[in-house]
Amino acid sequence: MSLKKLSVKISFYLAMAIVLASLPSLIRSNYWIGTVNLAIIYSIAVLGLNIILGLTGQLNIAQAAFWGIGAYTAALLNTRLGWPFWATFLVAPPTAAAFGVILGFPTLKLSGRYLALATLGFGIIISLIAHNWKEFTGGVDGIPGITSPVLGPLKFSTNASFYYLALVCLILLALAQIKIKNSRMGRAFQAIKDNELAAELSGVNTFKYRVIAFALCSAYGGMAGQLFAHGTKYVSAETFFVDMSILFICMLMIGGAGSIAGSIIGASLLTFIPEWLRFLQGPWAMAIFGLAIIIIMIFMPGGLVGLASFIGSKIAMHLRRSIQAGTGRTTSRDVGVSKGTE
Amino acid sequence: MKPVLEIQGLTKQFGGLVAVDNVDLNIQKGEIRALIGPNGSGKTTVLNLVSGVYEPTKGSILFKGQSVFNKRPHLLVREGMKRTFQSARLFRELSVLQNVMVGLHGQTKGGLFGIVFSLPGAKGEERMICDKAAEVLEFVGLLGQANTLAKNLPYGQQRLLEIARGLISQPDLLLLDEPAAGMNPSETFELVTLLGKIRDRGITIFLIEHDMNLVMEISDFITVLNFGRKIAEGSPGEVQNNEEVIEAYLGKRARYA
Repeated sequence: MSLKKLSVKISFYLAMAIVLASLPSLIRSNYWIGTVNLAIIYSIAVLGLNIILGLTGQLNIAQAAFWGIGAYTAALLNTRLGWPFWATFLVAPPTAAAFGVILGFPTLKLSGRYLALATLGFGIIISLIAHNWKEFTGGVDGIPGITSPVLGPLKFSTNASFYYLALVCLILLALAQIKIKNSRMGRAFQAIKDNELAAELSGVNTFKYRVIAFALCSAYGGMAGQLFAHGTKYVSAETFFVDMSILFICMLMIGGAGSIAGSIIGASLLTFIPEWLRFLQGPWAMAIFGLAIIIIMIFMPGGLVGLASFIGSKIAMHLRRSIQAGTGRTTSRDVGVSKGTE
Repeated sequence: MKPVLEIQGLTKQFGGLVAVDNVDLNIQKGEIRALIGPNGSGKTTVLNLVSGVYEPTKGSILFKGQSVFNKRPHLLVREGMKRTFQSARLFRELSVLQNVMVGLHGQTKGGLFGIVFSLPGAKGEERMICDKAAEVLEFVGLLGQANTLAKNLPYGQQRLLEIARGLISQPDLLLLDEPAAGMNPSETFELVTLLGKIRDRGITIFLIEHDMNLVMEISDFITVLNFGRKIAEGSPGEVQNNEEVIEAYLGKRARYA
């Protein structure tokens, strides 16, 4: 990388860090910061879905269930046993991951719509348990009184302070996923997506990696649920019904399945758009929202990130042509070896 | 010396259809063996049985002296068996380089922890995989395309990429299902040279092929199947002059009264 490119990159990250760090003081409104926090937490859940659906290509309609498992694990440990945020932080994601393995094993030989139905069933079961096992989950009344995270002298009880904690979690989890994506594990996931038989016959233990993908997906979902529980201080069965799982899938598809940036962009957009459409009142807002999702899915199969890279490659091709026309000779092609994207 | 691959009494039935009927076949180390026969004679079924994709109805297959049955295919890969498919089965959305890197999956072991925290072991392994992949791409002549997405390669090169993905783990036995299918004559000519170079690396090749010029040129031995049964076996010269083989391919010789 040239020095100039590097300095551009550094200043980009610096600018982004400044914007992100000053966001709460820019927004001011407590309500909107709360919405930003929700977008961050949704982004984490969608990043998890990206592993199983975007990278491994297995349709999982149960991400809200893993979110719920993470949220209830945190809520129960916190309110009944008095565990602080950091303790539930360590326990909730692995608990959700364990359920991911439980769902992953019996569905190993399923794919496509059969897998989708099996995961949908799992999501409904978890939702029904949350609604009806009242002495344990509180049903629709839920579990109130979850405590805020405390780190030494810092207390993350306001939306503005919780924002920083959630943001750090999102950044770390996104970085972790970038590393996973460009590793032998990420290649195994993508190989399974493109051709499961060829992956197996190239030496990938496809059963093992499908279960790992499920576990990682649900661990991200559990982490999101845990953050949600401590951020809103309240969990109820209403917050993770099956339609949430569908919403997560829409977020991923609109942002761009397989893309880490796309997962975050999609989750943020679909958190804010309903808020912006609120002035329409009543059913019209949701109807327009639904229509927009359908249109995007039909015309942009690669999501927003796919569209952006498509436009980018068109511009690059146009530039290259005009350069070639100008100099009258072809430019030498770069045959260097790069290891991956993002 | 013990053969790399020993097949005895192999039979595979799909319902009432006997696709492979009591086939015996031994392949020695370092050999290039071709399996030929008219369409529907059971060639690909044999390959699927050997690579663990199908379970046989009867018979035994020993790879390096060990039975291949009840072993998931990725375990056979780990023991040194690789294969390609009749129509290229690539990871279309991955780059050419990444496709080849997947081929070393069974020989590497970096786990989640090492990957996420960039531990030296995982990093070093990743670099090793990348170097080896680049080396194999150079060997098959695709290094210039390393960063191209697999789906954007011309079909002939996709076939080469499949071979490269197989070669990276230095298998003992490489199974090729019609490697020349979809290649133009000059690509086929280069394939002949490449297969010779692969054999020189000590890799045994077992291939199915319809291109008779290629088969006759590179094979040490040829096995001929017809309706699932082995009807002939021998050197290219012997097989070419075998009455039953000619009959299977061209029909019975016309008799003039």
